[in-house]
Amino acid sequence: MKIILVAEQRDGKVLGSAYELMAFAQALGGESAMFLVGDESVLPKFSGKLYLADVKSAGEFNPDGHKKLLLEVIAREQPDMVVFSHSSYGWDLAPRIAFSMNAAQVSEVVEVVDGALVVPVCNGKLRRQVAAKSAKTVVTLQAGAFSLADEPTGSPTVEKIEAADEGRVSFAGYEQAETGGVDLTKAQVIVSAGRGIGKPENVAMIENLAKALKGEYGASRPVVDSEWVEHNRQVGTTGQTVSPKLYVACGISGAIQHLAGMKKSEFVVAINTDKDAPIGEVADVLVVADLKQFVPMLTEKLQAL
Amino acid sequence: MNLLVCIKQVPDMESKFKIDAAGTWYDNADLAWRMNEYDEYAVEQAVQLKEKTGADLTVLCIGSDRVKETMKKALAMGCDRGVHVADDASSRKDSFSIASIIAEFAKSKSFDVIFTGMQSQDRGSGQVGVLVAEMLDIPSITTIVDFAFDGGKIAAKRELEGGVKASVGCTTPALVTCQLGLNTPRYPTLPNIMKAKKKELLSVPVADLCKVEAVSETSTLYFPEKKGGGLILEGDVGELADKLIKILKEKTAVLA
Repeated sequence: MKIILVAEQRDGKVLGSAYELMAFAQALGGESAMFLVGDESVLPKFSGKLYLADVKSAGEFNPDGHKKLLLEVIAREQPDMVVFSHSSYGWDLAPRIAFSMNAAQVSEVVEVVDGALVVPVCNGKLRRQVAAKSAKTVVTLQAGAFSLADEPTGSPTVEKIEAADEGRVSFAGYEQAETGGVDLTKAQVIVSAGRGIGKPENVAMIENLAKALKGEYGASRPVVDSEWVEHNRQVGTTGQTVSPKLYVACGISGAIQHLAGMKKSEFVVAINTDKDAPIGEVADVLVVADLKQFVPMLTEKLQAL
Repeated sequence: MNLLVCIKQVPDMESKFKIDAAGTWYDNADLAWRMNEYDEYAVEQAVQLKEKTGADLTVLCIGSDRVKETMKKALAMGCDRGVHVADDASSRKDSFSIASIIAEFAKSKSFDVIFTGMQSQDRGSGQVGVLVAEMLDIPSITTIVDFAFDGGKIAAKRELEGGVKASVGCTTPALVTCQLGLNTPRYPTLPNIMKAKKKELLSVPVADLCKVEAVSETSTLYFPEKKGGGLILEGDVGELADKLIKILKEKTAVLA
């Protein structure tokens, strides 16, 4: 099987997800080449051919242009599979490529079972094995689902490809997140509020528990989107990625994007009324209770210690 | 100006799911249904644009008669008319087929802006919006968290990883896929719910629009294996708190 791995560059850096693509190719046992719109001075470690388009002329975000470049490489290599990260870059470009190739796209693959691709369904509550009916397949990989057993080595054989045309979508630049002085990545204890807290007044309850544990409080995306908590306290793919000694998830169901931001925590306690919530998958302890009763009780007992 | 918003009806994600008899999808029985969360933001943005420009706004949904309930919500939020693509087997269709149906409907209607959610909460492939745009050969912008329209031009912000946003733009006709937090979806008011009942809800048989074969299929659907190790505590909250404190003392250093 021949595989094209589509690596990404952002703000002048090659993203580490390139190695996850390599790990996936290893798991499938395919022969792979890499594609990157990037800068020659920062290339991933990779023993194989790397098709490189110059980011200065092709732009970091240019869906039409990148599609055209990648399709040229696909025409040359005739791969059986094209693999992306399931990232803001990958999920944007992959369907464009799949459509041009008449290929099935399998999104957000989490594992390979006997050669079959497995993806999550219903926020990770279920799993689905997908079979492509097309000759070629486009795949995107869930962040963190595949990792290399050994440190990557080698330097790629670079083959430069011509710069892309200007596309229909213009790109004017990045806007960095405001941190507002809150750095959850350094906190030893984080107590996070999820949709299950029910109303904004209950954020105080979470904050009090965090204080009792001498930690910081955080929140999942729905709570931040509702503006109950500032974005600088959001944990997850689009917020901060944290790894405290203790993470307490209060009323958080455990969407994939949230799990990706906290699953490296040393010890995880989840408080949830739903025993089957996906947060249970990463929790060391799941307390099945109404957090509105349990959290104040726990806070009181901790303060009395 | 003509606008289209595409929505999907999905189960409440807190539901207790069961696998169906074929073993390839969840059982539709005993589930509470609602509008796909991402699509609520798409509807709100489309309605805001309609209010700003006086455009005509159509909402499209594919599914059984059950999805009409969700379409009524979109109409009550401010869409002008509904197009229900009647299909009892829509949950079996792959993203490519669904996108083909929408593109087939939209191709002769010259929509200026098409709004979709960035993904559905159940299938979650994140493909349909982009595929529709590719099939119609119009530009698309995915994962938007900010949207502005002026003089035939869209200025949007895409959400990237780590809280970073990218400022992007394109001219219409175009398609955008909406991310959570793009706006604050309105609650339909009672007068608007009443008005929605009188709005046109056109039904189109799926056979009229579905002209392609699926490119992928589900082999099996199943529950993930519980990783194990996780302790489940149930009972009286006072006792639960004591138990948890004991565990934290034994297993972590945070109470030291």
